[in-house]
Amino acid sequence: MTTHYLILSGLLFAIGAMGVLIRRNAIVVFMCVELMLNACNLAFVTFSRQVGNLEGQIIAFFVMVVAAAEVVVGLAIIVTIFRTRRSASVDDANLLKY
Amino acid sequence: MNTIPAPTIEYGTLAPLLVVFGAAIIGVLVEALAPRYLRKAIHMPLTLLSLAGAFALVLVQVLRGQVSTTASAMGALAVDGPSLFIWGVILVLSFVCVLLINDEGHFVASAAAVPGSADEEQAESAGGGHTEVYPLVLFAVGGMLLFPASHDLLMMFVALEVMSLPLYLLCGLARRRRLLSQEASMKYFLLGAFSSAFFLYGIAMVYGYAGTVSLPGVNEALARGAALDPLLMIGLALLGVGLMFKIGAAPFQAWKPDVYQGAPTPITALMASGTLVAAVGAVMRVFWVGLGNLDWNWRPAIWGVAALTMIVGSILAITQTDIKRMLAYSSVAHAGFLLVGVMATFGTAEQNAGSLKAVLFYLAVYGITTVGAFAVVTLVRDPGGEAGHLSRWAGLGKRAPMLAGVFAFFLLAFAGIPLTSGFFGKYAVFAAALESGTQPGDSMGGWMAALVVVGVVASAIAAFFYVRVIVLMFFSEPSAEGPAIAVPSMGTVAVIAVSLLVTVGVGLYPESMLGVADDAARSLFIR
Repeated sequence: MTTHYLILSGLLFAIGAMGVLIRRNAIVVFMCVELMLNACNLAFVTFSRQVGNLEGQIIAFFVMVVAAAEVVVGLAIIVTIFRTRRSASVDDANLLKY
Repeated sequence: MNTIPAPTIEYGTLAPLLVVFGAAIIGVLVEALAPRYLRKAIHMPLTLLSLAGAFALVLVQVLRGQVSTTASAMGALAVDGPSLFIWGVILVLSFVCVLLINDEGHFVASAAAVPGSADEEQAESAGGGHTEVYPLVLFAVGGMLLFPASHDLLMMFVALEVMSLPLYLLCGLARRRRLLSQEASMKYFLLGAFSSAFFLYGIAMVYGYAGTVSLPGVNEALARGAALDPLLMIGLALLGVGLMFKIGAAPFQAWKPDVYQGAPTPITALMASGTLVAAVGAVMRVFWVGLGNLDWNWRPAIWGVAALTMIVGSILAITQTDIKRMLAYSSVAHAGFLLVGVMATFGTAEQNAGSLKAVLFYLAVYGITTVGAFAVVTLVRDPGGEAGHLSRWAGLGKRAPMLAGVFAFFLLAFAGIPLTSGFFGKYAVFAAALESGTQPGDSMGGWMAALVVVGVVASAIAAFFYVRVIVLMFFSEPSAEGPAIAVPSMGTVAVIAVSLLVTVGVGLYPESMLGVADDAARSLFIR
């Protein structure tokens, strides 16, 4: 049965989404986004087995590549803002509002 | 041994894409190999020529009547009439945006140097800016071309990231007010990555339901299967969240004002025009082609989003004191007007050609007016950079009547005053929505009319804040130390002139552009 894997994937996705919403450190927020992407991968692979074709597994590879590219861009941005502000807290970045 | 059949790639059809991506890769090589003082001199013609060349290749396909009627690249891309129209629009918009980007002084000399440090001073005095901007813009434009032409959801996800990742970086490269710029970059990145994770989970759910991610395949599965499957409902909702974020529809509009304000203004122009055009194209393809058999399910949801977006965008724009934030909320409101056109799908594909034409026309005229408006914003400057605060714009009509007049005209076009292109754009989508609602059997009939009423009310509210800026520019006294009006470069003059010509020209002779949009829409989406 694949249901258990789907439930696990849903849980991971929910933990990731919750983390993005409540954590303050930009790096941790970013890690939570990566967790969400991995939850997607688990869902893809599970569905691939369930529906009986390989598309889902191929998509999982694409998602890994995209996630890697996202890490490069994301860490560059977060490191730059940390060097400027000496803080990676998303609460401190509050100049743009209203 | 099983042999793997070689994939077929229609190089002729995909040539515009290949030119843009090829030039982007050459641009990266230029960064690696060319000496610093030569880089800009190489990038500028390379970027402009590749965009112009790609546009010429689009034209060749259209003029020779070779618009393909089947999906290209093994069903990954659909280069149909609407795609080609959207490609043409994006290529023109990005070409004029690159003219703005060429101007000195928009981009930081060294993004890695901490603001206010000795490193930064040294980089400033060495001169120049980041020339990486050019290949990044080309990659982003390549993603924008892929996004609305994707024929399966995996392609669409990859295109979304190819489009977004360079834009996240470009947002953080402003020369002035670098803290704002970096903050905009971080907010855009974190929220963008968050929303694309939702989009991806939506794809996973739809894949689980349909067993395929190809858009027509999903639509077929919808016709066969139980339509109220929870997997499908979750997938539909999550896909919607990802797409609505990209076009900046309420309640996912929060990033737009922050990012538009903080980003370098030429990049804001590119995002406000090109990205919106690409994303609306993708929205139409997902909802019309992929989820076409589910329209009685998603149309009520989009109805709510469209109404909320128009109202929220118009009302919040009134309270803004920064010109770029105001234009950002105006862009939110326009995303709502575009969604009204997206809603107008009922009946057969042929009947929908009218709505498709309306949306394509709106995208083209709104995009070019937006670039013109942001080009004007780059010219009004304070010692610390652009004069963002609205109070600084007071009396501009007396100090620089030409510039203020042109800006006022763009604002009137945004508001949809007759004799501007914006009027015909709004008229076209509202008319399409009403027509769709009057077709027999449409359960949304009366609701479509109600949505148009909401749209007209929102337009009236929006007109208020556009006119307020015009009144501020022409009927208040200029302060003694008003902002300086920068002497525009040739490129900026060209951008403003082109935007003005199109806005006036299409306002006076809408048939010209409507005809092109009609031809594009007539060939319909490949299904």
